[in-house]
Amino acid sequence: MMATPMLQLQGVAKRFTLHRQNSLELPVFHDVDLSVSAGECVVLDGASGLGKSTLLKLVYANYRASAGRITVQSAAGPVDVTQASPREMVSLRRDTIGYVSQFLRVIPRVPALDVVAEPLAEDAGDDPAGIEAAREEARRWLARLRIPERLWHLPPATFSGGEQQRINIARNMIKPKPLLLLDEPTASLDAANTDTVISLIREATARGAATVGIFHDAEVGAAVATRRVDVGAFRSKG
Amino acid sequence: MTTATTEYNFAYLDERTKRMIRRAVLKAVAIPGYQVPFGSREMPLPYGWGTGGIQVTAAVIGPKDVLKVIDQGSDDTVNAVNIRRFFQRTTGVETTTRTVDATLIQTRHRIPEAPLAEGQVMVYQVPVPEPMQRLEPREAATRTLHALAEYGLMHVKLYEDIARYGHIATTYDYPVLVNGRYVMSPSPIPKFDNPKMHMNPALQLFGAGREKRIYAVPPYTPVESLCFDDHPFEVQRWDEPCALCGATDSFLDEIITDDRGTRMHVCSDSDHCHSRQQEQQQAPVPRPEPEQALA
Amino acid sequence: MNTPNTNSPLLRVRGIAKRYGDRVALHDASFDLWPGEVLAVVGESGSGKSTLLNAIAARDKPDAGSVEFQVRGGGLQEVFTMTEAQQRMLARTDWGFVHQNPADGLRMDVSAGANVGERLMGLGERHYSRLRATAAEWLGRVEIDPARIDDAPRTFSGGMRQRLQIARNLVTQPRLVFMDEPTSGLDVSVQARLLDLLRQLTRQMQLAAIVVTHDLAVARLLAHRMLVMQQGRVVEAGLTDQVLDDPQHAYTQLLVSSVLQP
Repeated sequence: MMATPMLQLQGVAKRFTLHRQNSLELPVFHDVDLSVSAGECVVLDGASGLGKSTLLKLVYANYRASAGRITVQSAAGPVDVTQASPREMVSLRRDTIGYVSQFLRVIPRVPALDVVAEPLAEDAGDDPAGIEAAREEARRWLARLRIPERLWHLPPATFSGGEQQRINIARNMIKPKPLLLLDEPTASLDAANTDTVISLIREATARGAATVGIFHDAEVGAAVATRRVDVGAFRSKG
Repeated sequence: MTTATTEYNFAYLDERTKRMIRRAVLKAVAIPGYQVPFGSREMPLPYGWGTGGIQVTAAVIGPKDVLKVIDQGSDDTVNAVNIRRFFQRTTGVETTTRTVDATLIQTRHRIPEAPLAEGQVMVYQVPVPEPMQRLEPREAATRTLHALAEYGLMHVKLYEDIARYGHIATTYDYPVLVNGRYVMSPSPIPKFDNPKMHMNPALQLFGAGREKRIYAVPPYTPVESLCFDDHPFEVQRWDEPCALCGATDSFLDEIITDDRGTRMHVCSDSDHCHSRQQEQQQAPVPRPEPEQALA
Repeated sequence: MNTPNTNSPLLRVRGIAKRYGDRVALHDASFDLWPGEVLAVVGESGSGKSTLLNAIAARDKPDAGSVEFQVRGGGLQEVFTMTEAQQRMLARTDWGFVHQNPADGLRMDVSAGANVGERLMGLGERHYSRLRATAAEWLGRVEIDPARIDDAPRTFSGGMRQRLQIARNLVTQPRLVFMDEPTSGLDVSVQARLLDLLRQLTRQMQLAAIVVTHDLAVARLLAHRMLVMQQGRVVEAGLTDQVLDDPQHAYTQLLVSSVLQP
């Protein structure tokens, strides 16, 4: 008997309507059917511009699906992301879905250590011991990702692209979640850090996370994938 | 012996006006501490000189009343003399300087030391009836605050005093809570006098002529001075007794007697001081008190 | 500590409408707000966003509609049928209102400590030292040097005044805070500091908030959800990042594409 997949896309379609250009419609894909189970790491393949990032964003509800259903298994039961209320999505993102986007959206003034610790610190609430534990864990992640200690108390706005990307990864993976979405997590990283990220992904898979990832580097994709899906198959003819 | 002039109605005001003021007084008595608006009339002295007190007195005074008028505790300052003469001319009533003999006392800025009795009426002259005026000058706003008993602002003022001076610096016109409901300005009496208002057997009436408000504290009404739990209300104390009568429990004025700055403290309440001096002179045995006190 | 009733929203707004003569300033606005949710209301001048805020905060009675608030120890209660005394009590305890101009929300000539302590004094706190200690703690939380506790806000900079206004509102641990353009008029660096503070405080205190702003970046930073308003109507609503990154309505697309990137 198959366990319920962690993530299920059924008949999902996405098109953009650009009202400022005479309501020009840009179809991206249609009829996407995809299931990802716990312990799987699905790597999305396909040429750039085909909509791989878009697919991840639909799962995260950063984009709105034009049709279809996207079902995620939360602790409280299945949630259809396309119909979920904002508060359900906030809760889902907090506890169920981790997302490493391509770009770190920088929150001004918050030191790197706290940016990374935040998902755990949030759960700790007022408890000072919990907050300190969150910071401790953040330090471990920063060290593992080779962020120099002198940068830990600085806000990441002035960091290099690679450093920002590592902060992004640490922040969004520090709290283990059942579903992980990764969009080009190693794009600006050197070999050593890329290897570290591969290990992190493998560890996540090993603990039972369902992962969907996009990797520009074929080797990285090969190193972590348990299955590969070509999004070209879903692509709408423009 | 004085004769009333017949040019004016008894007590100067016409009867309709007296009725209007009495209605306001009745309302005020029914709602202790609440400021009742009234149609303040033109009086033969300008605003700021006691027109409110005079109007209240004029509305309640009767031919059998015995009137005492004091200003800063004294019967013989200019204002007290003038107001007393005004009522002598327009009513012909008997006047007195002795608190215990008066039925009606009009006062500016003091409560007499001699305890009042049932049946006596005190009329206070009030410049600014609204206790929150400095902090909230808009009358529409203060009216709502009183109506909803929202008195946080009053405590803000006291807080500011403590923050600035280390203690509540207000020494006169110290705000009070009347009958557990309305916060009231007791008029610029020294805070030393505030405790006298509490459960007083006399009827206390307050008149503000310029601001056109009348309020009242009926007999035996609780009146508490506002304070903080850790900064309780305290009255003023002096290190010396009165230089003339030796009293240690009255409000003392400081009088500078020469240009070298020599000063002496004497009772502000002239009647009180006089009475005590007379008692001491009449006593068969010389009282050691004054010498001890002056040592 | 009041356990939130998670089955009903903290605030339920239905059909709010407001007109000034012939001009309809607000058509039929409706939404629910849950505990701990921050909702941004964005739009340009004349969109009706401030009108909506003032109507919901009971500062200005709307011509139609209802606003229900989940009172402590009770259920949803219609705000406009409350007595003035109840509304004022609500405004001083469970609600906060942060004005665009801090001078509108502060007593400018009264010390910072008294500004923060006033609500507590209004609720019957009569212990001076406790009031002062609470005020000092709050000044610290909004990053104002506690040594300035006895200074009047007239001597403060704009950013400090705004932070003081926030402290004054939050001292009674409100569950819902209304903010009208809380950062506009402030220097950029000052804005950043204030936004960071607001972000932290809303999370720490589990505050629900309705933030009116014309600045999309403020919405993105502070809010989970967003309403986009145009000419008195809500044209789009949803998750903040979704509305900003995948705008569906023509006007939202226009707004988002018009933002200058430094």
